Amino acid sequence: MITGTPKPIEEILEMLEPYNNIVVAGCFGCVTVCRVGGDKEVQVLSSTLRLAREAAGKKIEIREVCLERQCDPEYLEPMRPYIEDYQAVLSIACGAGIQFMAEKFGKTPLLPGINTGFLGVTERQGEWTERCQGCGDCVLHLTGGICPVTRCAKSIFHGPCGGSVEGTCEVDKEVKCGWQMIIDRLVSLDQMENYGKLKPYKGWDASRDGGPRRIIREDMV
Amino acid sequence: MLPCTGRIDESLLLKAFENGADGVMVIGCLEGDCHYVNGNIRARARVERVYTILEQINIGPERIRMYNLSAGEGAKFAAFTNEFVDQVQELGPSPINLVRGNGLKKSEQEVQAT
Repeated sequence: MITGTPKPIEEILEMLEPYNNIVVAGCFGCVTVCRVGGDKEVQVLSSTLRLAREAAGKKIEIREVCLERQCDPEYLEPMRPYIEDYQAVLSIACGAGIQFMAEKFGKTPLLPGINTGFLGVTERQGEWTERCQGCGDCVLHLTGGICPVTRCAKSIFHGPCGGSVEGTCEVDKEVKCGWQMIIDRLVSLDQMENYGKLKPYKGWDASRDGGPRRIIREDMV
Repeated sequence: MLPCTGRIDESLLLKAFENGADGVMVIGCLEGDCHYVNGNIRARARVERVYTILEQINIGPERIRMYNLSAGEGAKFAAFTNEFVDQVQELGPSPINLVRGNGLKKSEQEVQAT
């Protein structure tokens, strides 16, 4: 899922300073699962903002909505009839959802209520860790299901490097060395021959080096 | 009144302040004695989150508090309630009520117990 963290309330209040009539928009997708931008968070954030603004003597009217997804056009359309009745939208979806809404509703300022994080997994309630950087050329079949691009701080393809000490990475002793994990996993799978199949370098042409990417599935368009 | 503090979430607690409460008292069953296993533990975590929110927006975190009591502790309930009401009266009306022009006397009547 796409993870995120709430922006500090002071930062949001500063963004909202010029406005007194807004929409707070959540998303039932990833941000609901990681408890940062779902229906419940819309309610809590809206109440918090109303209280803070009223206490400061500058009341704010808030319409609370939560869309099925903010990254699909059909779910944004129900907002069209009323969006121009509001001065701005504070979205607590991921950066993709916020941008898509901004594109669709060109006359309404879009404000981010969260900081979008990474593609990750839930370790336990309240803890998420990164697993994928969307490099566009997956090699997990050769690396025991552990991603060198994400789990290695340098994203190298010929690790471990000299910064790997007793299974931890030099960037942080709390971070496991991705390549040590890969080798340990290949040994336990009896697949060490895969280590030699890796390319000595990685082509990043499928990654972000060419700017924002686009997928066109000819069988679907 | 809610049948279990496990149903309480942050938005309900904040709504009470929006509706003019000067203080909110949450009373759950004794820890380890929840009919639904951990409803009161979840409630405590949510109350603590609201505590942080109230602190951030200068409403005052001391305006919310959670207590744990059994149904047989009537005298303790009364003592805790009096203690909390005294605390809220000492704090005075919430900043929201001050802006709305609600006086102390009214706010004394509006201390809500859940």
